[in-house]
Amino acid sequence: MSEVIHADHHDDADHHGSGDHGPEKGLARWLFTTNHKDIGTLYLWFSFLMLLIGGVMALIVRTELFQPGLQFVNPEFFNQMTTNHGLIMVFGAIMPAFVGLANWLVPMQVGAPDMALPRMNNLSFWILPFAFGIMISTLFMEGGGPNFGWTFYAPLSTTYAPDSVTFFIFAVHMMGASSIMGSINIIATILNMRAPGMTLMKMPMFVWTWLITAYLLLAVMPVLAGVVTMMLFDIHFNTSFFDAAGGGDPVMFQHIFWFFGHPEVYIMILPAFGVVSHILPAFSRKPLFGYDSMVYAVASIAFLSFIVWAHHMFTVGMPLAGQLFFMYATMLIAIPTGVKVFNWTATMWKGSMTFETPMLFAIAFVVLFTIGGFSGLMLAIAPVDYQYHDTYFVVAHFHYVLVPGALFSIIAAVYFWFPKWTGKMYNETMGKLHFWLSFIGVNITFFPQHFSGLAGMPRRIPDYALQFADFNMLSSVGAFIFGFSQLVFLYVIIHGIRNGKPAEGRSWEGARGLEWTLPSPAPYHSFTKPPQVRDEEVHG
Amino acid sequence: MKHKISFVGALSGLLSAGLAHADELNMTPGVTAISQSVYDLHMTILWICVVIGVVVFGVMFWSIIHHRRAAGHEAAQFHESTKLELAWTIVPTLILVVMAVPATQTLVAMYDTGGEDMVVEVRGYQWKWQYKYLDEDYNNAFSFFSNMSTTQDEIQGRSAKGEHYLLEVDNPLRIPANRKVRFLITAEDVIHAWWVPDFGIKRDAVPGMLNELWTIVPEPGVYRGQCAELCGKDHGFMPVVVEVMEEQAFDAWYAEEVANEAIRKEALSKTFTPEELMAEGEQVYATFCASCHQANGQGVPPVFPSLVGTEVVTGPRDDHIRLIIDGVPGSAMQAFGRQLDAAQIAAVTHYERHAWGNNAGDITQPKDVIELSGQ
Repeated sequence: MSEVIHADHHDDADHHGSGDHGPEKGLARWLFTTNHKDIGTLYLWFSFLMLLIGGVMALIVRTELFQPGLQFVNPEFFNQMTTNHGLIMVFGAIMPAFVGLANWLVPMQVGAPDMALPRMNNLSFWILPFAFGIMISTLFMEGGGPNFGWTFYAPLSTTYAPDSVTFFIFAVHMMGASSIMGSINIIATILNMRAPGMTLMKMPMFVWTWLITAYLLLAVMPVLAGVVTMMLFDIHFNTSFFDAAGGGDPVMFQHIFWFFGHPEVYIMILPAFGVVSHILPAFSRKPLFGYDSMVYAVASIAFLSFIVWAHHMFTVGMPLAGQLFFMYATMLIAIPTGVKVFNWTATMWKGSMTFETPMLFAIAFVVLFTIGGFSGLMLAIAPVDYQYHDTYFVVAHFHYVLVPGALFSIIAAVYFWFPKWTGKMYNETMGKLHFWLSFIGVNITFFPQHFSGLAGMPRRIPDYALQFADFNMLSSVGAFIFGFSQLVFLYVIIHGIRNGKPAEGRSWEGARGLEWTLPSPAPYHSFTKPPQVRDEEVHG
Repeated sequence: MKHKISFVGALSGLLSAGLAHADELNMTPGVTAISQSVYDLHMTILWICVVIGVVVFGVMFWSIIHHRRAAGHEAAQFHESTKLELAWTIVPTLILVVMAVPATQTLVAMYDTGGEDMVVEVRGYQWKWQYKYLDEDYNNAFSFFSNMSTTQDEIQGRSAKGEHYLLEVDNPLRIPANRKVRFLITAEDVIHAWWVPDFGIKRDAVPGMLNELWTIVPEPGVYRGQCAELCGKDHGFMPVVVEVMEEQAFDAWYAEEVANEAIRKEALSKTFTPEELMAEGEQVYATFCASCHQANGQGVPPVFPSLVGTEVVTGPRDDHIRLIIDGVPGSAMQAFGRQLDAAQIAAVTHYERHAWGNNAGDITQPKDVIELSGQ
């Protein structure tokens, strides 16, 4: 009960400082908003739309792969679907969803009134619809859209690319600008706007993971911009960065791409670690185990992410010493990742657990992400990787870390903070239904892909030899179950917003953190005066 | 406890089922010493992961069952233990060292490309492989292209799919058993990857780069793989087939191919009849041109232009020949002067100008092509 009173106290403080103007009415609210909560909402809805578009593309791919032979699409269109599915899910769904969560949560969790740079915040969101509008429009251009895989290896993406590749390059530049602005904003907020008493080692894990992620983004998005600019020059200005005939090197493309690409992988998983580190303690009613080592583990993973990139290129033909270095460095990642999994297990150990929807998604995250981690460790072993490389084993691996990994953590976060954002509770039964359908669907889709990969099925092929037929059919069935169960998610959200029961300030009994000291829904302007940071309220 | 046992049971059941149908569910142990050690390494790491998984998930599920609020469990409030945290940092490190030792040994063995008995250059094209047998001075003894032989009818479902659907070629790579064969891997256009799972070898074919691989295959037989790097439209349709022959049989075949090469060189100075040109041209077209311009010459405009009544086939013959020799830079039209000899180019030019209702009414001989290309 004392917690509720505490929340009321803050409510008062907020209303005095805010000059109590609420949101504007109509479309102008969303176009011109500089409010971190509105922008967070925009990011989240945008990423959900992208999830559906990217998901439809995945279902087209899985429909073609339901049986051997070509039935529905031709190989050119198939390649456009796999490519755009990957690009949209990585840059349009997962990354913006985490930025949306950061917008909503970082200011409330550090006790700040808003993001440090609110106008730039508006700009970094509103670039995205245009960037993806351009990218998706290439599908309707003569010659088709990007068809060279989301990794767009030169020279397939330069000399041999469709004309629309120039639009693709421009879209990537825009996404990069958006990400860089977003991360500057997050860093500035975290470093400058924490409430008095919130030292770095008292920050919530989600804030820590995002701080480190933002630095990763700052470091590697310019590298991505560089590599697409070199492509642009090769295509239009007769340079030969990646053209062997002109003295360039196609392998250099891969080195630059993966120097961006590997940290990018962790950009998509570190905030997920943060989310899970909030949800497991809340529903175990027990503090996070090993807060300090969690922080150090995330920092180590981020550091290692810069020196392992060539493990994506084991078959490209490197000197033995290079292979060994990248193999050993990659294996090291297992250590901090293991520490995190063990700490989460120890957090649950001897707790008093209940299993609401966010907890179910969080537990599924830990188990299934760990399975993705195991296959990652196997892929790190260079001589064995020759057999795994570019097969469905790799497809299974990265989908395990990205779908029941990153995506499940985002879904868990939405359920967990939903009452704080909307002031309403979602329907728990429907939430659980969504969980079980997703959990079953995701495993039917991706687990068999381990087997087809080990048996020798290459990735990115529109048709396959007969021995792979059974597992592909199973995988396609799973994909449809998983895809359509996201409509249940949409239903739960809309139903919750409209008809949900009112939520308390501290919506979950075990939830800790400054955001839970606010009433639900969180006022449009919160913490206009810095809150008092009490040790029992923050993890650490 | 019951849950845990059934979980472990299900997992081991799944794995033993996997071993029973090894070719469908698991990596192939293959047929070479290297592929066998790769398989052993794979299984070792798989089992280590399974054991760690069973222990960690076992603890987690035990906790989920016993430390529920519904089971009346009160939450403890501990949140760190230096001893435990040190233990689960150090123990995984030791496990990784145990994995790294055999991995390093296998990798070192794979890089031992010296002391070979013969050298084959493998060159990736959109969307076929070329195999060049090199003599002692690294000159081309003879070479040929290897195209997928699965028909469009099978792919489109108009006829039944054969046993080796998508994994069969017109001319397989032939190598002798029990001899060390060194492969030089490269590509003509985009990046491909040459992979034979049964040999445990895969390497990217990168334009402008020569990569190395080697193998010694003890057992004669036919071994199948596929291109493993996205290389455009027909990436899924460029299989790798290797026929490993008994040593004597291979030597006989090799001698015959060297003799055939001499005959092919002779053909360059011959004059052919229109019928001979049409017959040879049709074959060349089917192998090199039909995947883009289609068997009926209609192409897939605008990416792959039609050859029926269009300017190329009705315009000046020499422009047509030059287009085939030099290709169209920056497009999918390759410079076939580097893939086909003058006799083949002459035949396919004549064929394109006289097939599908085209009727240019001229004739193209190898000497015309040689004049234009300066071969």
